[in-house]
Amino acid sequence: MSISILLIILLCLPLSGALINGLFGKYLPKIISGGIGTAMVALSFVIVLSLFGQITEPVKVTLFNLIQLDSFDINASFLIDQLSVWMALIITGIGTLIHIFSMGYMSHDTGYYKFFTYLNLFIFAMLLLVLGSNYFILFFGWEGVGICSFLLIGFHYSDPEKGIANSLAARKAFVMNRIGDAGLVFAIFMILNTFHTLEFDGIAKMVQGGGVEGISINSVLIIAITLCLFLAATGKSAQIPLFTWLPDAMAGPTPVSALIHAATMVTAGIYMVTRSNFLFELAPYSKDVMLYIGIATSLVAAFMALRQNDIKKVLAYSTVSQLGLMVVALGLGAYTVAIFHVTTHAFFKALLFLGSGSVIHGMSDEQDIWLMGGLRKIMPITHLTFLIGTLAISGFPLLSGFYSKDEIIGHLFAENPILYGVIMCSVVLTAVYMFRLYFLTFHGSFRGTKHQKDHAHESPISMTLPLVILAILSVFGGLLNLPGLFLHEGAHWLTHYLAGAPGLGLIEHPEAAVNTTILLMAVASTVSIGVLIWAYLTYAKKGAIARKDSELSGWEVLSNRKLYWDELYHLLIVKPSEFLGTMLNNLVEGKILNAGIVGLATLTEKTGTQVRKLQNGLVSSYLLWMVIGLIMLIVFYLINTLNWN
Amino acid sequence: MGSTATVNIDFFVILSSLLFVIGAFGVMIRRNMIVLLMCIELMLNAVNLLLVSFSTYYGNADAQIFVFFIIVVAAAEATVGLSILILAYRHLRTIDVSLFNKLKG
Repeated sequence: MSISILLIILLCLPLSGALINGLFGKYLPKIISGGIGTAMVALSFVIVLSLFGQITEPVKVTLFNLIQLDSFDINASFLIDQLSVWMALIITGIGTLIHIFSMGYMSHDTGYYKFFTYLNLFIFAMLLLVLGSNYFILFFGWEGVGICSFLLIGFHYSDPEKGIANSLAARKAFVMNRIGDAGLVFAIFMILNTFHTLEFDGIAKMVQGGGVEGISINSVLIIAITLCLFLAATGKSAQIPLFTWLPDAMAGPTPVSALIHAATMVTAGIYMVTRSNFLFELAPYSKDVMLYIGIATSLVAAFMALRQNDIKKVLAYSTVSQLGLMVVALGLGAYTVAIFHVTTHAFFKALLFLGSGSVIHGMSDEQDIWLMGGLRKIMPITHLTFLIGTLAISGFPLLSGFYSKDEIIGHLFAENPILYGVIMCSVVLTAVYMFRLYFLTFHGSFRGTKHQKDHAHESPISMTLPLVILAILSVFGGLLNLPGLFLHEGAHWLTHYLAGAPGLGLIEHPEAAVNTTILLMAVASTVSIGVLIWAYLTYAKKGAIARKDSELSGWEVLSNRKLYWDELYHLLIVKPSEFLGTMLNNLVEGKILNAGIVGLATLTEKTGTQVRKLQNGLVSSYLLWMVIGLIMLIVFYLINTLNWN
Repeated sequence: MGSTATVNIDFFVILSSLLFVIGAFGVMIRRNMIVLLMCIELMLNAVNLLLVSFSTYYGNADAQIFVFFIIVVAAAEATVGLSILILAYRHLRTIDVSLFNKLKG
């Protein structure tokens, strides 16, 4: 089949799944509505696989015209190149596994069909985002995933206990993302004004050809465009200053956290920057900004994760931290390395989230790791896969995270050894909080209630199967982009593959010297193994004891309270806004608007009361008024006539 | 104008104005509904008088046609008015219009 037909089918599948479930889901049994949702995504995955096999060079498919103006056209067109197909593979592949998982996880939920509607809609929007060939379609998908994220974070909005908290978390995510979206809109306007097109390949050609007015290395315009784009990325990909929504987004059901808030949507910012690589290459200042923000985010988030007690919150902060690492790679200009880390991160973070979902499911919705413990005997498959995920994210030698992280760190080392030291702190912290999480959850003795202990069980096959597949991917995902150290032929397969996308082939990647690579790998391995042993001795051997939040001291409080970041925003932004709102409400609304409107109403009413007295039901008085009116008319007429003459 | 001595048109105007004002004041002041109806007739006929006077004065018959219409309408109006009067009397046992104030808002 031709590529354009495949593309249409690919986009229609998740959309029709969403429509079927959205319109008729209420009347369908759970197995069918879940089955339809899952099948649509699985079929999409098959189609993407076939596209993956066919693509040798970028293909552009234009479906129809959206906006036609004198100076430019905006088309619903799609760019099928190595980058978009690779992203689509991750989205539909991980998406399929998470759909399968959801069929088990959400089985007790009343909003089952609604859940699958939103999930399919999300997949559709995400595919638009990565497949679109211009910023307009990208923006369309960008907003689409935003609204799905909002709907799914607040999925349990009517929960009697947490409903309000869930809704607030959804609102926070929405508002935070709007700030980023404003950046994207401004960037799009500026790009349109400068290049008179929004097509990626067109812009790339114009940039590389040179001669566009106002576009040169570090010119004000290009810095403004790239910084606006990066602002958008900080919103979606949860970087400082807009990252605080992501930990709160854990209010959503766990499969949502896995799919949207770990594996796919949050990498949209990374994808968008990678897609805009030709612009960022002209703006070294913006790249430096990205580099430092990435490092700061990675470190801050890793620190915050150290003393979180909610299993999902720890993973959320680790997601922010890992996204920081990807942004570091972007800041270094190593776009393909960032995509490599996106890929491996999608594997192991989806695995970890689904694992935590399996734990939460088995523990009757308990999320506090201090009330777990010893689960390795009760949930053997979850335990084993979770262990693999933990090892992968901590950079344990030869697992996927080891390679992708090592490449980022290697690039950073070549650029700036001091920053390398800083980011190593973040890597160490990652290992610390992940092993703490792992040991507290699966080792030691059971600390929950008796009821939970009796009910604790291994999850059904629909939940463990995705875990096993993701665990396998997490182990072997690193093979996608092996460093030249291990292979001479076929090394850096992913980097070479992605070089087909516009702009990405032009960026050179200096290969670090073999000795340096070995040294860096040795350091990373030592760190992760060292931390593993330390964490085992601290949390598993001695029998860890939960401490109340009030008993924490010094840095632990800071970590537990997220460096008071939310409180700071509350003080700096929410409070002044509330003050302004209250003031406007009291002064403008209360004194001016209300006084005016209420005054008008009172006036009308009072006048009416008085005038009503004229209607006294007496014929003679009516006649009196009639005669008075008549006389007034005559007088008026006479005056008029006299004046005219 | 015929051979008979003509009366100045001013007298007709003054007479009909007087009649109209008497009628209007009567409607406003009197409470007896029969008198009220009579006053209305008075006003109508004042107008009729004015119309025929000017009709003769100008030698134009158009106004006389109007007068016939007004007489017919006045007759109909008197019929309706008297019927209402009878019904109102049966209902309220009075024909004092100052007591007919049940329809006020």
